[in-house]
Amino acid sequence: MSESKKKTQIKDFSTNIYDIKNKDEYSYKSKKGITKEIVEEISEQKNDPAWMRDFRLKALETYNKLELPTWGPNLDELNMDEIATYVRPKTDMKSSWDDVPEDIKNTFDALGIPEAEKESLAGVGAQYDSEVVYHSIKEDLVKQGVIYTDMETAVRDYPDIVKEHFMKCVPVSDHKFVALHGAVWSGGSFVYVPKGVQVDIPLQSYFRLNSPESGQFEHTLIIVDEGASLHFIEGCSAPKYNKVNLHVGCVELFVKKNAHLRYSTIENWSKNMMNLNTKRAIVEEGGKIEWVTGSFGSKVSMLYPMAVLNGANSKMEYTGISFAGHGQNLDTGLKVVHNAPNTSSVINSKSISKDGGIATFRSLERVMPSAKNSKLSVSCESLMLDNKSKSDTIPVSDIRTEEVEFSHEAKIGKISDEEIFYLMSRGISEEEAKAMIVRGFAYPISKELPLEYAVEMNNLINLELEGSIG
Amino acid sequence: MSETLLEIKNLHAKAGDKEIIKGLDLKINKGEVHVIMGPNGAGKSTLSNVILANPEYTQTEGDIILDGENINGLKTDERARKGIFMSFQSPKEIPGVSVTNFLKYAKIATTGKPVKIFEFKKELEKNMEELKMKPEYANRNLNVGFSGGEKKKNEILQMLTLNPKLAILDETDSGLDVDAIKTVSKGIKMYSNENNGVLIITHGTKILQGLHVDYVHVLVDGKIIKTSTGDLANEIEAKGYEEYKK
Ligand SMILES: Nc1ncnc2c1ncn2[C@@H]1O[C@H](COP(=O)(O)OP(=O)(O)OP(=O)(O)O)[C@@H](O)[C@H]1O
Ligand SMILES: [Mg+2]
Repeated sequence: MSESKKKTQIKDFSTNIYDIKNKDEYSYKSKKGITKEIVEEISEQKNDPAWMRDFRLKALETYNKLELPTWGPNLDELNMDEIATYVRPKTDMKSSWDDVPEDIKNTFDALGIPEAEKESLAGVGAQYDSEVVYHSIKEDLVKQGVIYTDMETAVRDYPDIVKEHFMKCVPVSDHKFVALHGAVWSGGSFVYVPKGVQVDIPLQSYFRLNSPESGQFEHTLIIVDEGASLHFIEGCSAPKYNKVNLHVGCVELFVKKNAHLRYSTIENWSKNMMNLNTKRAIVEEGGKIEWVTGSFGSKVSMLYPMAVLNGANSKMEYTGISFAGHGQNLDTGLKVVHNAPNTSSVINSKSISKDGGIATFRSLERVMPSAKNSKLSVSCESLMLDNKSKSDTIPVSDIRTEEVEFSHEAKIGKISDEEIFYLMSRGISEEEAKAMIVRGFAYPISKELPLEYAVEMNNLINLELEGSIG
Repeated sequence: MSETLLEIKNLHAKAGDKEIIKGLDLKINKGEVHVIMGPNGAGKSTLSNVILANPEYTQTEGDIILDGENINGLKTDERARKGIFMSFQSPKEIPGVSVTNFLKYAKIATTGKPVKIFEFKKELEKNMEELKMKPEYANRNLNVGFSGGEKKKNEILQMLTLNPKLAILDETDSGLDVDAIKTVSKGIKMYSNENNGVLIITHGTKILQGLHVDYVHVLVDGKIIKTSTGDLANEIEAKGYEEYKK
């Protein structure tokens, strides 16, 4: 009986995000699977320079050698022979929304992207399947030397800087999926903020995967030069299909001396998505990386952003939330390596699970002997909304110096009947009482999200809890 | 001729297999202030919880009638919307929800009407001032990090804001300093009128000073075994419950 309720619930929500399912139209879709021929064909399609073509083929060799991870969620459902790794939409990149084909534009309209661009963004990139279909940046930033473009353009127009940084932060040998990414990557954003330039309002890239049984492998490379600052937002979503889709993005962030980068992610993939993403930042002296992450979608996620604090006085802050509902296994976390003195890291994570969902948070804090006087604080909290669901935090710390301040706090709890009764005794319905408790639990994180995403997140919580009772 | 507000007839209730309320009758008319006293573990909090249909307890027999309507089958939130309020013996902490937002929600939920924000805030400020609560508490997370006394005042603030038909105050005075008890009494006086009813559960008489108490009931072992006028409270305070326990 609650089944029928649940159906309306999915329908309600999907009107925004999961329902818009355009025809699978493309100008090129690679064969399913991953072979040398396919990688060569992708490279051909993309007009790669020779070095990139070689890079892809080497990465493929590495991919073939590496094993699947032996820990974390089960990936049996992922069959690479069933995934098309490259889907070129039937348009090239535009700099005006008017020129973007109608159905693609309507999708981004529904996601509120052009609207947000007008109101609150310094630049926008929009990727549809494997290629970026729209890119723009405010004129005054261009004048200050800020570069914000799709990755392919960067490879073509800024070869030196790309060669110097591309997959240097996340090496291809890191794990099997990074190697896969190296072989078939396509799309993504490139940002360069020159010395001393403060980009006051955010840049945002949005990724939409429309094509069924395919993968998205965008590469994001951001360099914030000395004393500069940037807030970058990435959002992602996809319509729901019956078969597995794959997302294997890679994000490389270089935060130079005294620079500041805030990297916000709202991940709202549909629940047939395998999200195996890799993100890493290298932070130099006095620099700061802030991660703000909301993970709500996907069937399986394995996502553990990593910060390498290489310079003295550098800082990392992580604020993240994940919400695992029915059929979801969200395995997220954070790694930080303290490599220099007076570095600091703050981890603040919350996870929510309901309806049999699994939310796991893994953290690894490594403090090298050189990182004297470093400070670390880790706080993980999880909330389970019923007995079927699981939440876990798995902290590992590897601290190799005495001179360090470390605090760790983990709380795992179930939503309490007494709290629900308290709220209901004030006339609030059971559904709303639960939603209120969950929203309140999430609030310290949601207040860090860009406003429209915070609103989206609250709507999501409300919808997820609707009809989940009795 | 006064009108009946709440009537409880032959109430039995249990938690798990354990019967706690064992045939209890109580009648409160509009405009009246009632007091229930009784030893620890007698069932006072259980009674209040059963009146509000806390799912922790099962009502096995009897009737609860509010304003002429039998509310036996109604859920907690429905009963609250009919006008029953309880000041909790241990109010819950709700992180991430501010006092103001919570009260706004609760007000909308109980009245079924939108609130006018400006007037709502004005009234809230006024009530907080009357209860000697610092204005910044309006923005704090509901009960989180509040001292015991602050939580209790916050319950009274909720009562004043929601203005229910029947207010049950479960040991709102316990753990309060002398001044805070006076403030709570003042809150009760502000609330009480000829159209509503108050049921005060207490172990002391301080909270009753300055209030006109119509009836005092003694609750022992899940039953009301004696009902008398206001003086009974003083007598119990002086002599204890020895004579009521066999
Ligand atoms: N949920 C429960 N499960 C089991 N026993 C319960 C439960 N709630 C109350 N009881 C028991 O029922 C009895 C009455 O408890 P109750 O809290 O109503 O007492 P009280 O009169 O309010 O006492 P006090 O003056 O100490 O507040 C006690 O023996 C208590 O242990
Ligand atoms: Mg009690």
